[in-house]
Amino acid sequence: MPLLLTEEQSMLRDSARGLISDHAPVAHLRKLRDSRDETGFSRELWATFAEMGFAGLLVPEEHGGSGLGAVEVGVVMEEIGRTLMPSPFLATSVLSASALTRAGSAAQKSDYLPKIASGELLAALALDEGAKHRPLHTALQAVRSGNGFRLNGAKAMVVDGHVADLLLVVARSAGAPGERDGLTLFLVDPKAKGVAIERTIMVDAHNAARVTFDNVEVNADHVLGEVDGGAAVLSCVLDLGRGAVASEMVGLSEEVFGRTVAYLKERKQFGKAIGEFQALQHRAAHLYIEIEITRAAVLKALQALDADPSGAAAAVAVAKARAGATATRAVQEGVQMHGGMGMTDQFDIGFFMKRARVCEELLGDANYHAAQLAQMRGY
Amino acid sequence: MADLDTFRRETRAWLEANCPPEMRRPMTSDEDTFWGGRNAKFSSEPQRVWFERMRDKGWTVPHWPREYGGGGLDGEEAKIVRQEMAAIGARAPITSFGISMLGPALLKYGTDAQKREHLPKITAGLIRWCQGYSEPNAGSDLASLQTRAESDGDDYIINGQKIWTSYANYADWIFCLVRTDPAAKKHDGISFILFDMTSEGVSTKPILLISGRSPFCETFFDNVRVPKANVLGTVNRGWDVAKYLLQHERAMISGMGERGGSRPLGQVAADSVGSDAQGKLDDALLRAEIATFDVDEAALAAAAERMVDLAKAGQGHPAFSSAMKYYGTELNKRRHELLMSSGGIDALEWESERSHEGARPRAWLRTKANSIEGGTSEVMLGIVAKRILDLPGA
Repeated sequence: MPLLLTEEQSMLRDSARGLISDHAPVAHLRKLRDSRDETGFSRELWATFAEMGFAGLLVPEEHGGSGLGAVEVGVVMEEIGRTLMPSPFLATSVLSASALTRAGSAAQKSDYLPKIASGELLAALALDEGAKHRPLHTALQAVRSGNGFRLNGAKAMVVDGHVADLLLVVARSAGAPGERDGLTLFLVDPKAKGVAIERTIMVDAHNAARVTFDNVEVNADHVLGEVDGGAAVLSCVLDLGRGAVASEMVGLSEEVFGRTVAYLKERKQFGKAIGEFQALQHRAAHLYIEIEITRAAVLKALQALDADPSGAAAAVAVAKARAGATATRAVQEGVQMHGGMGMTDQFDIGFFMKRARVCEELLGDANYHAAQLAQMRGY
Repeated sequence: MADLDTFRRETRAWLEANCPPEMRRPMTSDEDTFWGGRNAKFSSEPQRVWFERMRDKGWTVPHWPREYGGGGLDGEEAKIVRQEMAAIGARAPITSFGISMLGPALLKYGTDAQKREHLPKITAGLIRWCQGYSEPNAGSDLASLQTRAESDGDDYIINGQKIWTSYANYADWIFCLVRTDPAAKKHDGISFILFDMTSEGVSTKPILLISGRSPFCETFFDNVRVPKANVLGTVNRGWDVAKYLLQHERAMISGMGERGGSRPLGQVAADSVGSDAQGKLDDALLRAEIATFDVDEAALAAAAERMVDLAKAGQGHPAFSSAMKYYGTELNKRRHELLMSSGGIDALEWESERSHEGARPRAWLRTKANSIEGGTSEVMLGIVAKRILDLPGA
């Protein structure tokens, strides 16, 4: 398969770009931040997203979605990355929709998927516990109790946790932290007794929350997938999410780069455009090359996910590691080359730097994924 | 798609049946490369068998037209052949500047007679070519070259000197940039000409490099008589041909780091450095550097694949090969730094059978030329800045 977008995928990109650049330029995020918006995104815009079929992009057609795949997710995420639009797309439409589609019972699917596709239901994945992304180190305890389980523990960096109608909670039902066996996914009502949610205002002004579980009772029919065998599903879901975040970082990097090159051509010092200085030209050229190579690696991973979701781990590790390193370089060069203006809140460039830092941590940073690749290759 | 699946199955079966097992092992010495040419010698029987079978199949150059000894395959099919060869670690049956550099320029600019004369001898490995571009005073500023070709009836008389001519001492023919109009602006007076290295007045002198080897020569022309019919493209428009060829050369050099079938760096390192109880390389920083290298190498392979796909779809940027040349050569230098670091003191041995006559350190030193030959890294970045990013004054 050529490493290019198909015609349909290009059309999807154009329609996503049109919608997002019209309704959610960086000024949209700035306004949400400055007004300390309680939701953290525009529900109105999310309804439009749903009408255009984006909310249910991954949801199978029989449940009211579009039944599309990873490349299409990447196409939308890249456009989100260009304007930093805050949206439930990642948490609800990518992570939660794919977990439900992949592991849900017939009843769970028909309960939740149509509502995700229509934009009515927001969901959030509660996974990380420590400072760094370590899925297998999950310690939140699930102990059998009556007809179900009782959950105890704490989650952090739950994207959209404070607005979610449904929490997908990764818990340890057996074994010790660090082990692959013994993980179970639960569908938890955020209003259930014992659930406490604290919205955390983050550096990038995007949504996140800390969620604690104090003897939370969960019915057996709210187990998502197999008891103790959640790791396999989780890997597929996380790899898709990593491909999505990597795509967001490609869009972000390219936008920062475009703005920076434009600035190099416009800003004059010593009587000429600063873009005439070779010291800056070579750095700009190097950054361009890094971005193009990363773009190819990310598309390769997305195609691999569509071909075989459980066999794409190496390609995904490469993509997320590259995207993290590239975005980090892009935003640092962006601020530096904008000089003093890059340090001002008035200029948008700082928003990109902040979001890039969060994307880098989301679902594993470049170090994590390079180490994963080393492990897969046996060294 | 179904046709391509069938083609893939057939290709796999054919390679399985025809590629000798010895030709699926990583190369360990210079002798493992077959270059062709009038004085070509095969270093082993399997090398001969593999070359001849591929030649007869038309797969020394799978995507060239059949009439010139190619395989007549389209882009997708040729990609499948490359992928299936890589999957079994098959060596290239021949390494040839005729294939990787001159051929594409001949196909684009050659007359019918020139194509019929030269292309079949390239695909069959009968003629070995070398490249006469750089001169002592024309390196990065290649267009300032001074070697002159003066008209004399139906011939040119060529005088001057080239440098860094790869394997000139083994080559049968040369493709060469010469100045045919000294009065014109420097880019406008250059012609691209082909001639036999056995012509009277041609001499070569190998240059000893830091690797202790001499892959490059100085090449001297003293009143060499060459027919005017040997000019490729239009007289005084040789710079166009030269630039077109450089795109292919840069694409080739950027791919020099892709070692199909060789052992992964992490495992090479584990052999010398050792591993801890969990199987991790017993040098955390080296492990991290190799892992980062592996990430970048895989990403570059995806970018190379995408570059070919973009070109096929007519969406490629002609200057993108400069981007790939820059990244690929810098990456290859990193690979060899890591190989040296992984090998420790064992990688320092220069003369012994055990070390294959210092294969590793010599290869390491050789890679330092990658970011100089075919246009330096700095020139590549300048091209990207000017032609792709459109930065002012570049």
